[in-house]
Amino acid sequence: MKPFEIVEEPIDVKQYMDYVLHPSAGAVTVFTGNVREWTHGVRTLYLSYEAYVPMAEKKMAEIGAEMEEKWPGVRVAIAHRIGELQISDIAVVIAVSSPHRKAAYEANEYAIDRIKEVVPIWKKEIWEDGEEWIGAQKKYPSKGVE
Amino acid sequence: MITLKYFARLRDVAGKGEETLDREELTVSELLDWAEQTYPGFGADNVQVAVNEDYALKEDTIRSGDVCAFIPPVSGG
Repeated sequence: MKPFEIVEEPIDVKQYMDYVLHPSAGAVTVFTGNVREWTHGVRTLYLSYEAYVPMAEKKMAEIGAEMEEKWPGVRVAIAHRIGELQISDIAVVIAVSSPHRKAAYEANEYAIDRIKEVVPIWKKEIWEDGEEWIGAQKKYPSKGVE
Repeated sequence: MITLKYFARLRDVAGKGEETLDREELTVSELLDWAEQTYPGFGADNVQVAVNEDYALKEDTIRSGDVCAFIPPVSGG
């Protein structure tokens, strides 16, 4: 594994936890983003994720560097899966270790916020009667509202 | 020659994931105008351009040999 990577296979959370763990780490926070079945009353069958892989990995590494600057002593690993994901599958994992817990919590939340802002990854929702690429230009699917 | 990459919704709009544009030099703003004219519904107002894997500004210059990606609003996580 790489500490900042796009993967096509199911995410094994433990290897990212293990990567960030070291003797000076007193806390490890692990966040997973999972595929949700219901969004604003619309049922998702599955999701399809696509990435501009080299740029996405580069941007995730930059986020890691930002975190190390803001919270000295943290160690970070981030992986995002692409391809078809089923309900409850892990789409993203963020593992952060730090000497004390507060930085591990704060830095972890910072990471997911930044991922949603700058990392070139896109999600397509597939419903029973259609599909749509999701992006910030729409708050939620226009489906069913003509 | 400039390489252009399309992702997500824009891949559907352009009907392709990649192509080359036979130009020596143009600005990001000019590239977006070109895309809007070439592909109806491109929605260039909501599209960012990455040049060689970094986000570029509208006034930045793109040169032959660069790889440009059209980045619609991201939705990872």
